[in-house]
Amino acid sequence: MIKPKTGPYRLTQGGQIDRTRTIPFRFNNETYTGNAGDTLASALLANGVRTVSRSFKFHRPRGMFSCGMEEPNGLLQVGTGPRATPSARAPFVELTPNLEAFSQSGWPGVAFDVGRALDFTAPMWAAGFYNKTFIWPNWHTYEAAIRRMAGLGKAPTEPDPDRYEVRNLHCDVLVIGAGVTGLKAALEAAHAGARVVLVEQDRLLGGQALWDGSVVESSPATDWIGARTHELDELPGVTLLRRTTAVGCYDHNVLALSERNHPPRAGMPRERYWIARAGRVVLATGAIEQPLIFGHNDRPGIMLAGAIRQYLLRYGVAPGRRVLLAANNESVYGLAKELKEAGVKVLGVVDSRHDVPEATRAAMQSLSIEISLGSIPVDTAGFSALRSVTVGRLSNDGRRINSTQTLECDALAVSGGWSPNLHLFAQAGGKLAYDPVSGSLQPTAPHPSIEIEIAGSAALAIPIGPRVSPVGNTRRQWVDLLHDVTVADLELALRENYTSVEHVKRYTTVGMAADQGKTSAAATLGILARIRGIPAAELGHTTLRPPFTPVTLGAIAGRDIGERYAPSRLLPIHAWHARHGALVRDFAGWQRPVAYMESGESREMATLREARSVRAACGLFDASPLGKIEVQGPDALEFLDRFYINDLKTLQPGRVRYGLMLRETGAIFDDGTVVMLAPGHFLITTTSGNAERVYAWLEEWRQCEWPRLRVAITAVTEQWATISLAGPRARAILSKLDSSIDLTRSEFPHLTMRTGRLLNLPTRIYRVSFTGELTYEINVPAAAGPRLWEALLEAGAPEELKPLGLDALLQLRLEKGFLHVGTETDATTVPADVGWGKVAAQKASDFVGKRSLALPENLRSDRLQLVGLTMEPGRIFVVGSHLRLADSRDPSDGWITSAGTMASTGDPIALAMLRAGHQQIGTEVTVQDGDAVTHARVVSPPFFDKSGGRMHA
Amino acid sequence: MRYSVWTLLGNAITGQQNWPAAWREGTLRRRYDVIVIGGGGHGLATAYYLAKNHGLRSIAVLERGWIGGGNSGRNTQVVRSNYFCSASSAFYDQSLKLYEELGRELNFNVMLSQRGLVWLAHSEHELEVSRRWCNAIRMNGVDSEMLTPEQIKHVVPPINLRGRLPIAGGFLQRRAGICRHDAVVWGYARAASALGVDIVQNCEVLGFDIVHGRVCGVRTSQGPVQADKIVMNVAGYSSHLARLAGLRLPITTMALQAMVTEPVKPVLDIVVVSASVHAYVSQSDRGEIVIGAGADAYNSYAQRGGLPQLRATIQAVLELFPSFSRLKLMRQWAGRVDVTPDTSPIMGLTPVDGLFVNCGWGTGGYKAIPAGGTTMAHTIATGRPHPLIAGFGLDRFRTGALINEDAAAGVAH
Amino acid sequence: MLRIPCPYCGLRDEPEFTFGGPAHVARPPLTADDATWTDYLFGRDNPAGAHFERWSHAYGCGQWFNMVRNTLTHEIVAVYAMGEPKPTLSSS
Repeated sequence: MIKPKTGPYRLTQGGQIDRTRTIPFRFNNETYTGNAGDTLASALLANGVRTVSRSFKFHRPRGMFSCGMEEPNGLLQVGTGPRATPSARAPFVELTPNLEAFSQSGWPGVAFDVGRALDFTAPMWAAGFYNKTFIWPNWHTYEAAIRRMAGLGKAPTEPDPDRYEVRNLHCDVLVIGAGVTGLKAALEAAHAGARVVLVEQDRLLGGQALWDGSVVESSPATDWIGARTHELDELPGVTLLRRTTAVGCYDHNVLALSERNHPPRAGMPRERYWIARAGRVVLATGAIEQPLIFGHNDRPGIMLAGAIRQYLLRYGVAPGRRVLLAANNESVYGLAKELKEAGVKVLGVVDSRHDVPEATRAAMQSLSIEISLGSIPVDTAGFSALRSVTVGRLSNDGRRINSTQTLECDALAVSGGWSPNLHLFAQAGGKLAYDPVSGSLQPTAPHPSIEIEIAGSAALAIPIGPRVSPVGNTRRQWVDLLHDVTVADLELALRENYTSVEHVKRYTTVGMAADQGKTSAAATLGILARIRGIPAAELGHTTLRPPFTPVTLGAIAGRDIGERYAPSRLLPIHAWHARHGALVRDFAGWQRPVAYMESGESREMATLREARSVRAACGLFDASPLGKIEVQGPDALEFLDRFYINDLKTLQPGRVRYGLMLRETGAIFDDGTVVMLAPGHFLITTTSGNAERVYAWLEEWRQCEWPRLRVAITAVTEQWATISLAGPRARAILSKLDSSIDLTRSEFPHLTMRTGRLLNLPTRIYRVSFTGELTYEINVPAAAGPRLWEALLEAGAPEELKPLGLDALLQLRLEKGFLHVGTETDATTVPADVGWGKVAAQKASDFVGKRSLALPENLRSDRLQLVGLTMEPGRIFVVGSHLRLADSRDPSDGWITSAGTMASTGDPIALAMLRAGHQQIGTEVTVQDGDAVTHARVVSPPFFDKSGGRMHA
Repeated sequence: MRYSVWTLLGNAITGQQNWPAAWREGTLRRRYDVIVIGGGGHGLATAYYLAKNHGLRSIAVLERGWIGGGNSGRNTQVVRSNYFCSASSAFYDQSLKLYEELGRELNFNVMLSQRGLVWLAHSEHELEVSRRWCNAIRMNGVDSEMLTPEQIKHVVPPINLRGRLPIAGGFLQRRAGICRHDAVVWGYARAASALGVDIVQNCEVLGFDIVHGRVCGVRTSQGPVQADKIVMNVAGYSSHLARLAGLRLPITTMALQAMVTEPVKPVLDIVVVSASVHAYVSQSDRGEIVIGAGADAYNSYAQRGGLPQLRATIQAVLELFPSFSRLKLMRQWAGRVDVTPDTSPIMGLTPVDGLFVNCGWGTGGYKAIPAGGTTMAHTIATGRPHPLIAGFGLDRFRTGALINEDAAAGVAH
Repeated sequence: MLRIPCPYCGLRDEPEFTFGGPAHVARPPLTADDATWTDYLFGRDNPAGAHFERWSHAYGCGQWFNMVRNTLTHEIVAVYAMGEPKPTLSSS
């Protein structure tokens, strides 16, 4: 039974599509039918859809030009809604049922576009025109309109519903391209025992041989490919990646590969981004065909000859009814024969060379296909699509046209030569130079780890004849279809002294579009060389950059988006906090409660209640992220003493010393406590945000600067849950728990630490206080944290013991004026700025940062210094407000670093860094936040319990 | 020839035949009053202002490659003056004010789009830091205002307020925006050339002639040239050039990456910056989403970036703009940035008499081009640092008087 | 992405490492003058070519080591243990 043809240009036989399976699809809201095996491009061509887009600048109608990723015109939106994909390359969109595709340019549509007016006024819009106008009154006057005209495709507005994956692979040999050459290279390496990865951007292996009817090692290519594919499948250590494009070559032979998954299946990633580490790389990437340059060489119906060939032999699509072929090299004659044999009318072959091999001459003669030697197209006609081509006969020196002839045709196959695909070679630093014989960039020297195997029918360097028509209006000879750049634009750039290839590129935008000049770079270099009268090899070339073809952002990101964008770290007692209404916020990855709101409470109300409870009775705080590091060894004390501004040598066992650590510039790095557990065994604490940094810091100095000190450092931050029990009732509550530690004040005073057992758990208990109240900072093994937490709450129930969050904790410490590193301090704050200058000065021995404290800048008396601020009740201080002294000459004299209200009185208090603050106690300053101005009094902290007696209870 | 819609029209009629060279290809003479080493934005601007503001006529700009081929041609085109320290603020705002007039001054459309820039805060602590910073900018007399998350959503519709690191707010500079980098380079080159400056490309400086601590010329790939005043502004080569003059600079050169997506219709009308979710994002007038990354964190002159930084940056962009996931990365590249210990530039005199330096711009030299030009021109012409750059001298590293932008603004250390 | 040959773990990916700046920088004593001390803090050779530098395999074995890497090509010329003297490089 004869199946209905899918489209007026579908041949009744030939091609590798399945004519028994039809696929409906829509383009610009019209319904068409294609076949299984079609791409969007082949199906559109089969259906006679010639115009698919409007060009970027002049809005000229454009049709499919190629059959590959170098496609400049067939960039279409595929899909709608959240799955809309802008600028999909039609030759790579595999046709699926009910696929929806749209042109991205042209208003109101691609068939009729008002923007074509720009084409009619083209002389105004030469390259660089926007540099010379739009100056008055300013760019904003014109920008909105120009932005609307630019851009190809619409960005989706909803989140991407698809998933992506990043994966890694290691191999000895990475072969890129599974044409005949690539298959052979992969097999050779695999048989030699190498781990091989073979990458092919098509859905099938085999490359051009799949459909061009060639013979390989005496077999039909399709049979040979099938057998080799089977062989590779069976070999261990061989990975085949189909629908995968090698897009980037980075240092140390690391390559990025972009894999498309098809058909889309629920639960499977839409694309994969592979990071491949290869021992060596084999480029079997073939070559990209180049166009000829002549007048109006951009009309729908003009296509690369190799593309027409693939549409014909692989997809069973005729390019038109009357086809003319024009070339400057040998590769086009096979197509002439194939078109004729498929029943398509071939008008002849126009060849700009003056001679062809005898075998070719004979073959064409036997098919009655006329060859016009020494001829080149000079112009075409057809308002919406190709209608005719004017061919000119070249003079002997190629500089003039002696006679012309116009032929009516609706398809023109052009072949201006082949450029070997060496993008990855260039990305890896391989050097290229223009070769005038082949009109292409060729490698000038081998690369240590990238082998080029570009052979077969698309050989490395096919010689060409003339490529560019010597006559005609250069303003209508296109070089770069994507950016609408013409030969006249190149001429203009040189005329204005934008001479280097990079200047030409940036001035005209040639080669700067998404195709990175795949079908324009070669011609550009030839034309520039001709105009400048120098050998093209001297021009150099613009830098080729990754990615080789555009890659979906989502694929590069992979799974590390959304909740996985940054890791979350949970406190050992997290489950309890979550169950009890804690408001949790992220602090350097740790999810920490900031307040525990009870019903009807706002965050501020909960914070005030929690703070008051601590002062009145007791509160419970989860301090587990506190950095904890053990330092052991005979030289542990000497080692640690070299980091703190405090003299540690007088430290007694069980006594806790609070200390500051500096960077070598003298700036405060961290603060924490040091305690001697036993001779040669110390435990230090750090701020939670710096736990990892301090550990790394200690290790760096140990290994690099003081390797002879006998010291071992162990980070134990996550090993211990740390729970602070703070308030006047703390001792009473803790005493109820079964423990081996004597909690009486004389046995366990403030700033000491005891080890023992609590609830039959090993425990380390500090008496240190961040709140200014009697505090036990209790450490137990992390897994036991929840048990201790609940036990304390139970023991404290009669006292109404409740947890407090970070907001209340910081509020309480603010009242005491305690330093919060990273809030009061920044990378310029030195000890003297926060009242620790004397301690640092009194220590005679060296420590990290000490020498810097004597630099002139760190000795100035007008530095920003830590002070307290108060003001009249009823107002609030805002963190980040700036301060100005009464007689100030500077724009700002400092800023508020922490602010809140006194838990007991509700009065506003703040800490601030103020210029020469220590001399300003008692004076008034102006406080400015935005436009709001108030006044405050400078005081010396703390604001509460100045004697500190409560901590010592 | 003046650029205007009339000369455009005239040339349209005559087939573009009458456009003159944008700048003269200078022939290297053997002696100049001033030699400017480096044909990027700073060098060309300096040469222009030496001619325009100080009347000098014997000036050469020596460029080892093609003008604008360094960082001037590779940056993400952001201009802003929202700096924390008073010294920085004064300098960069002067630069932005010059940008505001630049197109008219140079008769070259630099496409300054003052579309605004919003700097995001992703936690309450970051918001406090932002408020400190925003107020600092205002106290310095420059425009800045705090924004709530809702206000941010209003000006950046595609932004995701509730990602893994939710947006707590931010601050806006309305006068900030983007400006076309090639146009700035070419505009200054054309104007300088018209005032007699010799712009010499493909001319590499190979050494200095220094006698008794005073510079008297350079040796180049095109022969020796004498001059009593020489300025080095060669981002990416500063250490190398300084070493030729016997100087050691506090500079580490790193690769700074940038990338663009395929062009799409307008979707982002403002520049968005996040320090902690690290990326700069804007949309060019051609429609590409332009993305600036952080530097690859080790010494590099390779002028290309690595995969880890690329991926981290794209993850950051999708954290801020999840709807951009289906857009495609079109091109990535990198510059060579000279990073100083305090992320502030080094401008002014050197220990060698007559030798001036302008370097250390790190990731932020593009916005500084006009003020870099005027202040260095003043410094070279008078022999004394311009008041705006007095704090940025090389000697600040001896006294510890660093101008630490990041630190003062509270960025995590 | 660099692939760095940790002397203890072998060839590993760049994100596993932390860069530690120039190697063989001697820390001056407390008695050094301001010029010497600030040169230690801030001065850099910053060569375009062979760079002697420190790396730590922070997300692996945690060991610091020295490396010579060409800052133009990223070619890794030598890797040696922390504390070993500067190797002499053959001129190539």
